[in-house]
Amino acid sequence: MAYLDYVLHLADSAIVLGQRNAEWCGHGPIIEEDIAMANNSLDLIGQARMLYQYAATLKNDGSTEDALAYFRDAQDFKNYTLLELPHHGALVGYAVDNRDYAVTIVRNFLYSAFMALVWEKLQASHDAHLAAIAAKSLKEVRYHLRHSHDWLVRFGDGTQESHARAQAALNHLMPYTQEFWTTSPFESSASKSGVGVDTAQLKADWEAMVRQTLQEATLAMPSTEGFVTTGKDGAHSEHLGFLLGEMQSLARAHPEGVW
Amino acid sequence: MTLNLNVDPHTVVRDVWNALDGLTDPEIPVVTLREMGIIRDIERTADNAVVVVITPTYSGCPAMAQIHDDICSTVKALGLQVEVRTQLAPAWTTDWMTDAAKDKLKAYGIAPPNRQCGAPSEQTSVIYFMRKPLNTEPAVECPRCGSTHTIESSHFGSTACKALYKCLDCQEPFDYFKPY
Repeated sequence: MAYLDYVLHLADSAIVLGQRNAEWCGHGPIIEEDIAMANNSLDLIGQARMLYQYAATLKNDGSTEDALAYFRDAQDFKNYTLLELPHHGALVGYAVDNRDYAVTIVRNFLYSAFMALVWEKLQASHDAHLAAIAAKSLKEVRYHLRHSHDWLVRFGDGTQESHARAQAALNHLMPYTQEFWTTSPFESSASKSGVGVDTAQLKADWEAMVRQTLQEATLAMPSTEGFVTTGKDGAHSEHLGFLLGEMQSLARAHPEGVW
Repeated sequence: MTLNLNVDPHTVVRDVWNALDGLTDPEIPVVTLREMGIIRDIERTADNAVVVVITPTYSGCPAMAQIHDDICSTVKALGLQVEVRTQLAPAWTTDWMTDAAKDKLKAYGIAPPNRQCGAPSEQTSVIYFMRKPLNTEPAVECPRCGSTHTIESSHFGSTACKALYKCLDCQEPFDYFKPY
């Protein structure tokens, strides 16, 4: 199917952020947010499952949702690079730091604002099954948007420390949003056939939502310029391999295991 | 109890509905799956076979597997073969919850959804949703004392479908089933 890659792109993005945010499970800054991130991940992984199940039917070669999630490697994943980054600022190479909830909230806000617009449009997809998944996912992402918006305002308009960390997270992540607006060949063919969305048309609305929230949060709109990432094409940062290594290890140790 | 299948098809379907009315939501054991709007349809596909159509509440709801299994074992106990089919569209909404279900939720200590969401076409656009002040939402009533003097203490509660609230009059913390 021509738009299999498009469905995989949506699925991979959902599962990679779902896996990232699930890292907070048991480690949340406060118990309410621990629960919030577990629920956020549950929604994203649920969306990924619906999309992988659909991709498996499009592939029609005996593939299953598990095969697509657990037995593809980093270069096969088509998620936005933004979603695989760790919950901390830029470091050199494989260095790690403590997770910073400001990074989590800023990323969830930038991505939820974008996906709310994508799912809203995809409700009118010529592919009825994708339209049905979009209608379900839209409800969920609107709530993620509200959650991340509220926390971003609280951080930005909070203490000196929370303001500085929210601004640093924005400065770090904003350049990665450029990938929302570049068009890969599979997106271009999906939108031409009326199945997918031309994201370039969503940019003005997205920027308006981001500007309004940043103003409310007393944060400055950072520059989006810099290297344009290419996760959609399978060229990822060094972080995705580690994320997948953890996510896929159990399924690969016990292929086709059930319980 | 095994059903007598030598009756008209509508009777069989009705009997299956009646049997499934005994099944409650695994996470909210006071409301039935039917009252929640999770079971959408029952169709008799052969003399001794039915299809039960269900729709997921939230896409990642972990109760769906349990619901699937509960429906299968209940229908099989009637002597029928069963297939449980998942239907995504139209997307589940709390608008489908019956008034009886809302009353039961309240008696159980969960504030029911306080407004109708409407069809997707009637809903506000994402852009508008972000612009409108959040305090335009109607107040949530405390299920214990009925006060509307309540505040949200957390966007998420014990399950994906609920938020955590607190009553400022009787001090009761409670779950609120979000309009969805």
